[in-house]
Amino acid sequence: MEPRADYLVLKDISKSFGHFNALNNINLNIKEGEFVCFLGPSGCGKTTLLRIIAGLETQNQGQIIQHGKDISYVKPVKRDYGIVFQSYALFPNLSIAENIAYGLVNRRQSSSTIKARVAELLQLAGLPDSGDKYPGQLSGGQQQRIALARALAMSPGLLLLDEPLSALDALERVRLRTEIRQLQQRLGVTTIMVTHDQEEALTMADRIVVMNHGVVEQIGTPEQIYLQPCSPFVASFVGKVNVLSGSALGAGRFRIGIMEFDCPAWLDKFSDGESVKVYLRPEDIILHRDQADVTSGTTKPRGTIAKMEFLGAYCHVLIQVDGADMPLVTAAIPFNVVHEHELKAGAKVILDVLPAKARIFSAKSGSDAVEKEAA
Amino acid sequence: MSSSGSLSLPTNRVDGHQTAGSSRRYAQPTDRWVQLLLLLICGGLVIFLLFPVAVILLKSVQDKDGAFVGLQQFTTYFASKSLRSSILHTLFVATAVTLLVIPAAFMFAYGLMRSCMPGKAVFRTIALIPILAPSLLAGISLVQWFGNQGILKEWLGGISIYGPLGIILSEFYGVFPHALMILLTALSLVDGRLYEVASSLGTSRWRRFITITLPGAKYGLISAALVVFTYTFNDFGVPKVIGGNFNVLAIDVYQLAIGQQDFNKSAVVSLLLLTPALFAFAIDLRIRSKLKAHMSVRAQTFVPKKRLLFDTVMFVYCSVIAIYLLAVLGMAIYSSFIKLWPYNLTMSLDHYKYGLVEGGILEAYFNSLKMATMVAIGGVATVFIAAYITEKTKGSESLRSLIRLLAVLPMGVPGLVLGLGYIFFFNHPQNPLNMLYHTMSILVISTIVHYYTSSHLTAVTALKSIDNEFEAVSASLKVPLYKTFFRVTVPVCLPAILDIARYFFVNAMTTVSAVVFLYSPDTNLAAVAILDLEEAGDVGPAAAMASLIVLTSVLVCLLYALLTRVLLKRTQAWRH
Repeated sequence: MEPRADYLVLKDISKSFGHFNALNNINLNIKEGEFVCFLGPSGCGKTTLLRIIAGLETQNQGQIIQHGKDISYVKPVKRDYGIVFQSYALFPNLSIAENIAYGLVNRRQSSSTIKARVAELLQLAGLPDSGDKYPGQLSGGQQQRIALARALAMSPGLLLLDEPLSALDALERVRLRTEIRQLQQRLGVTTIMVTHDQEEALTMADRIVVMNHGVVEQIGTPEQIYLQPCSPFVASFVGKVNVLSGSALGAGRFRIGIMEFDCPAWLDKFSDGESVKVYLRPEDIILHRDQADVTSGTTKPRGTIAKMEFLGAYCHVLIQVDGADMPLVTAAIPFNVVHEHELKAGAKVILDVLPAKARIFSAKSGSDAVEKEAA
Repeated sequence: MSSSGSLSLPTNRVDGHQTAGSSRRYAQPTDRWVQLLLLLICGGLVIFLLFPVAVILLKSVQDKDGAFVGLQQFTTYFASKSLRSSILHTLFVATAVTLLVIPAAFMFAYGLMRSCMPGKAVFRTIALIPILAPSLLAGISLVQWFGNQGILKEWLGGISIYGPLGIILSEFYGVFPHALMILLTALSLVDGRLYEVASSLGTSRWRRFITITLPGAKYGLISAALVVFTYTFNDFGVPKVIGGNFNVLAIDVYQLAIGQQDFNKSAVVSLLLLTPALFAFAIDLRIRSKLKAHMSVRAQTFVPKKRLLFDTVMFVYCSVIAIYLLAVLGMAIYSSFIKLWPYNLTMSLDHYKYGLVEGGILEAYFNSLKMATMVAIGGVATVFIAAYITEKTKGSESLRSLIRLLAVLPMGVPGLVLGLGYIFFFNHPQNPLNMLYHTMSILVISTIVHYYTSSHLTAVTALKSIDNEFEAVSASLKVPLYKTFFRVTVPVCLPAILDIARYFFVNAMTTVSAVVFLYSPDTNLAAVAILDLEEAGDVGPAAAMASLIVLTSVLVCLLYALLTRVLLKRTQAWRH
């Protein structure tokens, strides 16, 4: 991919409501044609940031530059964007066609031009025959497609999506997810989507902006966010993770319980003997059946399977580690492996880890992490 | 917090700081005209509500010449025994009416909601009709029934109808529908599923009533009691007609101001009316918000089952109440059509023909029609636009909260107090708005202000029920706010708009309290004319005028029902 120009630049955006700091010094560059997701728990400021970009809220300080133009204090009407809300916000008393044409009519285009454009957009929304219906006669997913068509009617340079899928049922959500992404790629429109659903963000975005308490925790591609979370918050908010207490032994060596392993990537981050938190994804834990005749190395921890959670293609295996005072460790094991090793509750296992995948943070910073269950 | 891993964080922070500093003055991207409208609304409420009420406070600590005398007016007031007794009288009447109406209306509402008795729609209609009549009507009618020449005079066993008994019976009539409406809403909010759960646990009927119905209707009961109490406490028309020598505060205010021209003392009495009203209103406002919290839970309506004994008891009870209410209304209408009660019962149109038309009093009726129309149109436009601007635009938050506060205040200000405040404020020679005094405009404005709160709350509820992002969407589509207002918001809220217009019209037709201070010979109003006619002993024409008002209000309500039905039919494709 060749480097593209920055389409939208946010510099040092801050916003407070009374004494509550909703956003603190947000800096962000978005490239032309990019699909960016703002991801974070509710109250993290992601919607506020979107509304500031739209001009629906005003930042207390900072600058917004869209397409080389400073729009920091430009009225919403004068900005160039289309927006879609969770509630669809379709005008209930206007037909679908009138809804899509709402902005076009105001531009005083000829009625035949408008008609053609509306037909084109209805086609785009996959609802070519619904022009004469009213919003109330369509399903939630259909309404959201129309809201999207309406937002795209004026061919805006920027598309803003405020939790567009949250009000839909699970099947519709997945279907529309793909549709929106395909449409966005076809039209090449720069898009920002706010969501609290990590799966949505991981599947749709070119880049994800993870936010928490009004600050940006990390900006990166879905792979970077998932595989190289740069803070305990990101590690525990995106995906399921085991948080294990351990200590740094120096020279890139770490210990959890009786297990020692090398993590050269984290060599310089900690002083010797410092206590750390090791973040391990369930899929980075490997299980072997602990058979009495096999003598394992003394450094491999043993455990007992406390519980199995069947999740279709794979299983979450919850393990009580022997002789260690730690919470249950979760391992994600493909179902065929479960079958092969006859893993079941009560079975004895030996644990192994893929140290290269571990993310290690100082024990102090870990206190900020949220308890997050994988969806 | 770290934000490593970011691929394209701008490093040019100095630049950002400079811009932030220099552009702070544009911090609110509100449209100029939105700010202008907010100022206008706020200014209007301050001039036509806050200032007149504030002037009363001022007058109460001044003497006739405007010199500050502290609390002297209060001490002389409390020294007068007859005035002091008014306080007790008013409290007594208001308490008695509350204690009578609340259980009566609750049982009536219970019958309508929880029994399978026949004729529920008829009962409901009969019980709500008194809202359409001026409060004086009940007074006139009860005098005909129980007065010196009344046919049922003996029923009272020597007690005169002129006095507390008459006031209580009349107020019962006028305030019953107000209590009933609140209680019907409260009962309809009790979740039917609770009863199903209770029955499945083998709970007795009585225990279900005590543990589910009463707690569920608790806020409704308190709210209704406060409404009934303040209504009676402040009412002026009924005691004027049927009170005899039984003085109450509202009469004192009127007599001190109009009869004795002692404005300062009437200001003192006004404060005695205003304080409890404001107090009750503040409690009521809190309770209503709690009631609303109840409402947000999706209640399943309770479907009553047939129970012969209970249904019969309820039917008999509701019939008794309905007969009373009909007897009051019927007698007023009947009196307007007979020659002379009780001596000549020949039916005739004399009271309409000679009493009203040739007596030149019909003019007052047309004045009322004109005023009510202006109040309905002006009121609905003001209220709806003000509610829209305050609820759906952004910026100038302090102005907005002030408007919200002022918009709910009128409900706590008795009409008489408002009217007196208008005299003080607008009749002041140095007030540039002095030219409004004694005009139709001041009647219209005072009536809009007097009935502002309910209308405002209706408008806000309607606006809150539509999507909050319409304005944002239209901005993103480069469509100016006013276009979306007329093209989307008004059509969607049309049922509420019609409702507000009807409310304004009916109240403007029946009100006496504020306007009794403000009308001029040229702008006499129908409801005020009833007062004068009755005082002059022209009971027939007074009854005729009252009947005309009821008829007009009924017609307007029918028109409203028709319009709403046509509207709902035409828009049923998108309304659900």
